[in-house]
Amino acid sequence: MGKYADNPAAVAALVEEHQVHRDTYIDKEIFDLEMKHLFRNTWVYVGHDSQTPKKGDYITTQIGDQPVIMVRHSDGEIYVLFNRCPHKGTKIAIDRSGNTGKFFRCPYHAWSFKTNGCLLAIPLKKGYADTGFDDSEAKQGMAPVGAVKNYRGFVFARVAKEGISFEDYFGDAMSSVDNMVDRAPEQRLEVAGPPLRYYHKCNWKMLVDNQTDTCHPMVAHESSAGTAVRLFDEANWPEDKPKPMAMEIIAPFMSPYEFFEEMGIRTWPNGHGHTGVHHSIHSDYSQTSEYWNALVEAHGEEKAKAVLDENRHNTVYFPNIMIKGPVQQLRNFIPLGPNETLVESHVFRLVGAPDYLLERTSMYNRLINAPTSIVGHDDLEMYERAQEGLHADGMEWINIQRLYPGEENFDEVAVENGTTERQMRNQMHAWKKFITLSMEQAAPEAAE
Amino acid sequence: MTVTREDIIDFIYEEVRMLDEGRFSEWLELWLPEGIYWMPLDYKQTDPTLTSLLYEDDFMRKLRVERLNGERTFSQKPKSRCSHVIQRPFVDKFDADAGEFETNTSMHYVETRLDEQFLLALTATHELKLVGGKLRIANKRVELLNSDAAFGNIQLLP
Ligand code: FES
Ligand SMILES: [Fe+2]
Repeated sequence: MGKYADNPAAVAALVEEHQVHRDTYIDKEIFDLEMKHLFRNTWVYVGHDSQTPKKGDYITTQIGDQPVIMVRHSDGEIYVLFNRCPHKGTKIAIDRSGNTGKFFRCPYHAWSFKTNGCLLAIPLKKGYADTGFDDSEAKQGMAPVGAVKNYRGFVFARVAKEGISFEDYFGDAMSSVDNMVDRAPEQRLEVAGPPLRYYHKCNWKMLVDNQTDTCHPMVAHESSAGTAVRLFDEANWPEDKPKPMAMEIIAPFMSPYEFFEEMGIRTWPNGHGHTGVHHSIHSDYSQTSEYWNALVEAHGEEKAKAVLDENRHNTVYFPNIMIKGPVQQLRNFIPLGPNETLVESHVFRLVGAPDYLLERTSMYNRLINAPTSIVGHDDLEMYERAQEGLHADGMEWINIQRLYPGEENFDEVAVENGTTERQMRNQMHAWKKFITLSMEQAAPEAAE
Repeated sequence: MTVTREDIIDFIYEEVRMLDEGRFSEWLELWLPEGIYWMPLDYKQTDPTLTSLLYEDDFMRKLRVERLNGERTFSQKPKSRCSHVIQRPFVDKFDADAGEFETNTSMHYVETRLDEQFLLALTATHELKLVGGKLRIANKRVELLNSDAAFGNIQLLP
């Protein structure tokens, strides 16, 4: 028995109202418990259904440390299966995406499975006659995860067989997905191209925290956004020449503290929340009449206006994704180890919208989230310094106290000052709840 | 000036030497203002509307270089260094009359900072133009052999 396994009380003690123990970010045993409990008990993003439009289309990914296949079955439904052959464990699919036709076939001994996982055929089947094979686990075929939900194209899964329902887990938080989808005149999104893949030597939660950290842009991004603003000022840009699209994207990062204070943060139960309640760094993007007309056609004028007036900045869906409605983007923070995270940044096409919107979306992705992005360099440098710094023994706690009012109720929706760290407290509150949910207390020693 | 194949090849060698020696401002001068520096994300990508690793114009190149020299560029404290090892460029287009040339060059790019060092294998395609008696970069495309892999920071210029 380790320090934390079989000891939910010790795990829970790592999260206090206004501070978090560093072990939540650096301890290997905690990471393993996150994989075993947190990522199984919560609803985790798997993929977008536009990645598997046709029967037999699949993508491979992971939920926590669990390799899975998201596949479109012959009935048109999406299934999420563990990527493991029930015979001897071989991974069934290796490509990041593909079409498997009517069935999966294991490359080792050619057991085959329907696209919903059911065992279809075994070569030399008679070798299993009278072996009791029908009662075996292997006979069940490829195992599905506990539950799957396709919400307007966004596919989430819960690994645990029993647990919180999708509706109870997200509640009103899905309004950010709604807004992103409603921005498409045809109310449909499509993943556009492959994701940027950015390897981070830090804990996955550092990235999640940073999505609602509104006190860092003007400091950490002075090197990129600050330099951009200065260069542009010095350039004496001619009035009639269109401003570079890049400036529209980068400049708002340098907005003053008041801008971020006033933009507001909303938190929802179970660790979800978003910045940009009132306005955001995306509010002033230029729009064309072509797009506006297409949207009015789809929704009517009133709803079209409401859709565009919503400019949520970053919406965190606990545990590990962030979406940006106004730029149609999703970032997936895939945990690889206590000090290792793979960030996949996807962009979506708004079906029925003019091309320039996808151009802006792709530009945003490349300017902010690429391994070659100067803005990304600013952030990663800070994460890695934090990951290293947390090992310093002078102190053990991470402070998340900004605008802490004393005792908070995270079961209620709240809207607060945009620079609060409430959303980080909300996340860790949910972390504590879902990681300990299925942990069992070791039986106390009998001998007295 | 009459440009020879030798001049074209020397130009490519001089460019990577500039980058390796950190003479980035000089490097900016090699470019024609409307030139695009493109590093695709997808292997053999043809559509720049989709996400790329880089797709940068004059303004962005300048920003990148300014930032490298900036006081508060924390990810460049200490600074990164790079090294290009290049194969002799193929001159795929040699139109002396129009003053237009195209090269294709295989390179190994190494970047290092602190205790980390990584290697990228790549092919660079240069479109060059003779303007005012000088060779300039009209466009440059850098294709990483493993463009679809997960990278940490790539901070300098492959
Ligand atoms: S391991 Fe898959 S068929 Fe044997
Ligand atoms: Fe940032």
